Amino acid sequence: MAHVKSTIQEPGQPQGASSLQGASSPQGASSLQGASSLQGASSLQGADAPGRRLDVDRIRSDFPLLARQVHGRRLVYLDSAASSQRPRAVLQAMDAYYETTHANVHRGVYAIAEEADRLYEQARVTVGHFIGAPHPAREVVFTKNATEAVNLVAFSWGRANLKPGDAIVLTEMEHHSNLVPWLVLAADLGLELRYLRMDDSYRLDLSSLDRLVEGAKLVTCTVMSNVLGTIPPFASIAEAAHSAGAVVLADGAQSVPHHVTDVGSLGCDFLAFSSHKMLGPTGIGVLWGREDLLDAMPPFMTGGGMIRDVKLDGFVPDETPGKFEAGTPPIAEAIGLAEAIRYLTDIGMTSVEHHESHLTAYAEEALAGTLGADLRILGPAGTVARGGVLSLAYRDIHPHDLAQVLDESGVCIRAGHHCAKPLMRRLGVSATARASLYVYNDESDVDALAEALGKAGSLFG
Amino acid sequence: MPALEDLYREIILDHYRSPRNRGELAVPPARRVEGFNPLCGDEVVVYAEVDGDKLADIRISGQGCSISQSSASLMSTAVKGLPLGEVREVIRTFKSMMSLHEAAIDEHGDHGGEDGEHASGTSGDSSGEGGPGEEPVDLEKLGELAALQGVVKFPVRIKCATLAWNTLVQAIDEAESSSGEE
Repeated sequence: MAHVKSTIQEPGQPQGASSLQGASSPQGASSLQGASSLQGASSLQGADAPGRRLDVDRIRSDFPLLARQVHGRRLVYLDSAASSQRPRAVLQAMDAYYETTHANVHRGVYAIAEEADRLYEQARVTVGHFIGAPHPAREVVFTKNATEAVNLVAFSWGRANLKPGDAIVLTEMEHHSNLVPWLVLAADLGLELRYLRMDDSYRLDLSSLDRLVEGAKLVTCTVMSNVLGTIPPFASIAEAAHSAGAVVLADGAQSVPHHVTDVGSLGCDFLAFSSHKMLGPTGIGVLWGREDLLDAMPPFMTGGGMIRDVKLDGFVPDETPGKFEAGTPPIAEAIGLAEAIRYLTDIGMTSVEHHESHLTAYAEEALAGTLGADLRILGPAGTVARGGVLSLAYRDIHPHDLAQVLDESGVCIRAGHHCAKPLMRRLGVSATARASLYVYNDESDVDALAEALGKAGSLFG
Repeated sequence: MPALEDLYREIILDHYRSPRNRGELAVPPARRVEGFNPLCGDEVVVYAEVDGDKLADIRISGQGCSISQSSASLMSTAVKGLPLGEVREVIRTFKSMMSLHEAAIDEHGDHGGEDGEHASGTSGDSSGEGGPGEEPVDLEKLGELAALQGVVKFPVRIKCATLAWNTLVQAIDEAESSSGEE
């Protein structure tokens, strides 16, 4: 809303808004732009107030894929924690860019190259404002995905700042993408890895926090578990980490798409997240880092685009953030991500949070009501400090079989270890069936899930 | 659209609910080999006791979906007590059934151009209830194992069905190569 508008009209990018609007409007004005520029206070615009319900039918109509039928049934998409769908506005923004503007960035001295450059840098600023970055133009690094963002920190910051015997604190709840890079670094450098454990209520056991962070150089934690929906008290963890002198990395892959995000309130020094889980395209992710940390870090990938000067016996890297973006970056994807952020911002992230919280409560009740004690939800009860991710165990039916039977009803859920095998071991299961909620889901999707689970029960009963 | 009943045949559900040859064997003389499906975490452990050139005994443990576990159970009943040559023949036939398209190219070159089955497994119904004209595999030879042919229509699940078989191959390979060394 207001603050996103201001990002694209920031001093230094005076032509910002017009060139993007110009790029997309020939396509007949996307539904989002229609909503924000023509209808002002539509169901999307300005709805970001607690208690306001989302107009899910309206939102759903913005997502072409959700109109699809599967096996002769309405598609019920409950796998947004793996990857969300994207609204027409995002697809049109990317198409419009390719149709009217594309040229490589950071190189051309002609009109469309300058426009491409501006759109790409505007996208960076839009992303930065969305997460409350103090210096959006300099602190947002575009990567391939959240995984690459974590790898960037591990490789660049880690190798420059850690030495044998140093300790890193992480948690048992991490996705492999925020675990394996540290396992690799620990093996290479001889680091000590310490883990915050999960308690029996599916939350982090913080009783040992102060002891674990003592002397640690880095503390990293998911902002929301992709398996349990658990939202750890990140700010408290960050505060303890900072008191101990550690740097803090937040894995925001599951939280940034669904919750109001402010890097200052989180108290993190780095934040990693992905575009494709927040209505944007695949192929682009984000690392936000504190400017002074990024400035002091060596490059990650190297090659074209990330240098200031190259001689036959050496090179001088570009400034932040360019020095972390070797090669031609994902330009159209950055523009798509910025459009996704505009879409989410028009709905309002507070409204997104409330919608998912309401729907999670409905799901807990509806699933328990329909399936009773045969169904277990592996995650915190209630909706306090938990997001819209529901890991299900139904009788002893294997999650793969559940997902297969649900597919016949057009219900898309994910079965497997969700790239969190240590957490699976802690839970004592090899896999779970995970349903996850987003802005285009409503009660009817949850009802379809409950009904399809019932069918699976009959088949395997 | 492939029907769920093609996948979850009664025989499969029966072997899933009441797995045969479930358990462990003493190692040695048996060999213990673990198979994992890294995508889904399914796990099959095969205990194979080779006596001379015969698979004298077999036990299965592990955990996973109905397809991986029933396939392991069906496999154990099909190969237990057979000479290793015949075990390998059953494995070959089963794996052919799991890759109908490739088998069709290999054995019936004239059918090679029709890849309806291969494209996504969603179009062809011809192999549903024993359309032997399309089948390059002798289903009669497979007995109960033929119940698993419906898996081919659900390509993602083929790895579930073949997990135990690949693990058994490794076990008898190891048994044969070590007996060759002795």
